Amino acid sequence: MNNQPNRREMLNTINELSFSVLDIQLFLDTHPCDEDALAYFQECSNARNQALKEYAQYYGPLTIDTATASCSERWSWINDPWPWQEGGC
Amino acid sequence: MWNYEKRLQYPVKITQTNPQIAQIIITQYGGPDGELGASMRYLSQRYTTPYKEVAGLLTDVGTEELAHLEMICAIVYQLTKDLTPEEIQRSGFDKYYVDHTLGLYPQAASGTAWTASYIQSKGDPITDLHEDLAAEQKARTTYDNILRLVKDPEVCDPIRFLREREIVHYQRFGECLRIVQDNLDSENFFAFNPSFDA
Repeated sequence: MNNQPNRREMLNTINELSFSVLDIQLFLDTHPCDEDALAYFQECSNARNQALKEYAQYYGPLTIDTATASCSERWSWINDPWPWQEGGC
Repeated sequence: MWNYEKRLQYPVKITQTNPQIAQIIITQYGGPDGELGASMRYLSQRYTTPYKEVAGLLTDVGTEELAHLEMICAIVYQLTKDLTPEEIQRSGFDKYYVDHTLGLYPQAASGTAWTASYIQSKGDPITDLHEDLAAEQKARTTYDNILRLVKDPEVCDPIRFLREREIVHYQRFGECLRIVQDNLDSENFFAFNPSFDA
């Protein structure tokens, strides 16, 4: 259990990467040919997808697409607290 | 089509209940310049816009607004969690409580229920984008007003995040307006409606 990554740290990383993806997504909507923005989007988006997969392996899925990554015999989507609840995301 | 992500866009962790301030903040859920109206406005306007940049931004900002109303609801929920009847009566939360208990209901701080008359979808990109620019500023002013009344740093922190997003959206909608005008007759932007006459 010692090498299990910290849940709060993983979540912070996901929140930060997701914010970067969304903010650059809005920028790209009105600047679709900006090469620097496109490269930044690629970098952040890949890191976000990886982080979401890793999180699901340890703490359950945050998205339905990563629900298969959490190896559980039960339907884990409903298990962890909802985001507005204590201990949620 | 939408996918849900089981996390808030920005964390909300409030440890002290405050039903009085909850009654003010709920206005950004279902009030005249709140997040529900923002989302419905942009997601309604996007269908008839002839410009791909504008359709893209209305879709993506309209989606982000859904994440914002979830944050506002989380704030109100945590500010009113496990209240006792005595606390409800003392704080003036009793008028909300009698109709909704501690359930979340989209209403203004005044108690007026959310209504589609808070928004417009006019079917003219110049008209709609001016509405959107004004809406972002009205929401920003509302957050400024909230920040003058709220002292709890755990509440101020997510409210400041939401306030900043209004400013970013205003900038992006301004870029959309320029894109639309670049496609029109510079002698007379209003010579025709590109959503209808083109």
